[in-house]
Amino acid sequence: MDMTTNSQLHTTPLPTREGQGGGSRSLIVSALDHGTVIDHIPCDRLFEVINLLHLDQMTSKVTIGFNLKSHKMGTKSIIKIADRFFTDEELNQLSVVAPNVTLVIIRDYEVVEKRPVVLPDELHGIVHCDNPKCITNNEPMATHFHVVDKQQGIIRCHYCNHEQDIKNVKLV
Amino acid sequence: MQIFNTEGSCARAFMNRSFVTIADHSREKIEYLIRMAQEFERHPNRLLLQGRVVATLFFEPSTRTRLSFETAANRLGARVIGFADPKVTSGTKGETLKDTIMMVSNYADVIVMRHYLEGAARYASEIAPVPIINAGDGANQHPSQTMLDLYTINQTQGTLDNLNIYLVGDLKYGRTVHSLLMAMRHFNPTFHFIAPDELAMPEPYKQYCSEHGIRYVEHQDFDADVIAGADILYMTRVQRERFTDLMEYERVKDRYLLKLDMLSKARDNMRILHPLPRVNEIEYAIDDDPHAYYFQQARNGLYARQAIICDSLGITLEDIMEDRTII
Repeated sequence: MDMTTNSQLHTTPLPTREGQGGGSRSLIVSALDHGTVIDHIPCDRLFEVINLLHLDQMTSKVTIGFNLKSHKMGTKSIIKIADRFFTDEELNQLSVVAPNVTLVIIRDYEVVEKRPVVLPDELHGIVHCDNPKCITNNEPMATHFHVVDKQQGIIRCHYCNHEQDIKNVKLV
Repeated sequence: MQIFNTEGSCARAFMNRSFVTIADHSREKIEYLIRMAQEFERHPNRLLLQGRVVATLFFEPSTRTRLSFETAANRLGARVIGFADPKVTSGTKGETLKDTIMMVSNYADVIVMRHYLEGAARYASEIAPVPIINAGDGANQHPSQTMLDLYTINQTQGTLDNLNIYLVGDLKYGRTVHSLLMAMRHFNPTFHFIAPDELAMPEPYKQYCSEHGIRYVEHQDFDADVIAGADILYMTRVQRERFTDLMEYERVKDRYLLKLDMLSKARDNMRILHPLPRVNEIEYAIDDDPHAYYFQQARNGLYARQAIICDSLGITLEDIMEDRTII
């Protein structure tokens, strides 16, 4: 487990007016004492993640960084959510909307867990099958997909065998 | 890309002995079912299923398949219940498939089901306390047809190994050719695809061939020289309604018709198969040619389905070999 310190999570440098003139300053965001950080969110997926996790309805503190510089991704987004931890089911949904984000769990200012959120091998009741003739679209039942290619994001319906790209799926 | 990887579901299906897709079956299992069917070809009339009830639920009409399954059950002494016309069922009142299956499971020992929705048989096999036999689920699977095709190929060639199988006509929508292609992966075949561009073998199936070491060749022409290399010539119907461009249909519709003179260079062992119904894609004059085998193929459906029903009920090859109920 990578025990990155919590303070490292709020020092992502951002260019400022001064920075563009030659110097740069860090954007200071207060450290989380308890909660979850979701890092490395592709910028075009940020608002889907916000909707998926119902962050607009949260009463605790939520900090959102958008279009931040990233060595790995070029630009990225990051969300810090105080006093909130996610279930496996929610994380599976998150892995569909934004594959390979980094999840950081913080308790008492310490990073206690840091790991990528990867697509599971199976998706149960998370996404719709896009085949209108699939039994799952015509019967009150849960969908079930096999992830056949995690790199390409290809999933196959357990029932009708129809394959789809994870980028185009609709959540249940 | 992977078209099938159903090991998890296979385990469940095998537990309740359902027959949902041929992709579930190993080479050994296919050969086992062929041996069973051979026993039924020798003695099709028995009382092996006396006291059993077989339900045939046809949510989509299919007279040929239904008659074949019902004959298979009747010739083994089972009683048959069910419906041939979905209009008479409570489905029209809004009953779910699950409710229908659970209700019929109270009455029958095995359910043979044809459904217009893809994946219906898989779902039914997961909820039903009795085995489900898939008699076709939309454009998805029709495994009993594949089983009878395999039986017929083995019967005519004496083996399933190392054959040249020519698939002709609608290779895009034809589920029988897709299922046959996947089932043959165990037997080192070489496939030859002969189809108009609009109905060509879809890319995922070609990829499936590549991933499973299945050789395939695509042909533009369909003539005596091409047919000369075939052990099996599997004809399918090119249907007008499959074309988005009707001009294209008019242009190609006669290019994939099999005529008697095209068999002039055919191998002696070559046999012509067709899942039927035929319209005009095989000239009627061919019916009397020794290469024609489609009617015998249809008859083999009876033996293959007798084997499928018995296997789903837990009756083994040994039981059949020692059967004393032959009429």
